[in-house]
Amino acid sequence: MKVTEIVKLLNCEICTDCGDIEREVNSACGSDMMSDVLAFVKEQSVLLTGLVNAQVVRTAEMMDMRCIVFVRGKQPDEALIKMAEEADIIVLKTKERLYQACGILYHNGLRGGEACSAN
Amino acid sequence: MTENIKLHYDVDGSDFTMAGEASSDAKRVLKKIGIPSETVRRVAIAMYEGEINMVIHADGGTADIEIGEHTVTIKLVDQGPGIPNIELAMQEGWSTAPEEVRNLGFGAGMGLPNMKKYTDTFEITSEVGVGTKVIMTVNF
Repeated sequence: MKVTEIVKLLNCEICTDCGDIEREVNSACGSDMMSDVLAFVKEQSVLLTGLVNAQVVRTAEMMDMRCIVFVRGKQPDEALIKMAEEADIIVLKTKERLYQACGILYHNGLRGGEACSAN
Repeated sequence: MTENIKLHYDVDGSDFTMAGEASSDAKRVLKKIGIPSETVRRVAIAMYEGEINMVIHADGGTADIEIGEHTVTIKLVDQGPGIPNIELAMQEGWSTAPEEVRNLGFGAGMGLPNMKKYTDTFEITSEVGVGTKVIMTVNF
């Protein structure tokens, strides 16, 4: 799925001015706990979250994620957007809630990918 | 014989927003010098978890990375309160993070277990009232 399709499906606003929105993403995850993202995400390239702070971008950066979708209409601030642009991570914003947003993308073929197994 | 590349970072414990800057920079350097991407990812995650821990619990510390021919070594040292029971701290879900940290999406008690999971060797020593030291290696 391309990022442009996510924009269309979730009626997103594009917050960053970086990256190629035609880029392909192969899997996604949804979480409000960055601790869990670090523990359980394997190769997912899209993060859907309602948590809006700088550490969301850092987490996505560490996990080589390519796109963050802030749900529930959450608005990232300028500093966060700039951080994401420097890391070449596209940031989108949607009014959809987390469950709904995940469901829409899943229904349209964006799967959850493999989970990272705990010890 | 080529000398190992060494990176040093002072981690500021006063600003949670800036936490992760050291790990982000280290990741950039490792990528630039051509370390395999899976290795870079493992190092970055392990270091980031450690860096966040130092900010949350220890008011900052230092991070040193050494890149050898086939091993990246990460050393994290702080002068924080120390960990009274390391075995307990290594359990998934065990956390002493304050409420405000949990509201920021951390403090789920996965940090130390995660650091161990992503690295090939993991050593932690700590003394209450003195501080904590973590040394991890990732082979490539």
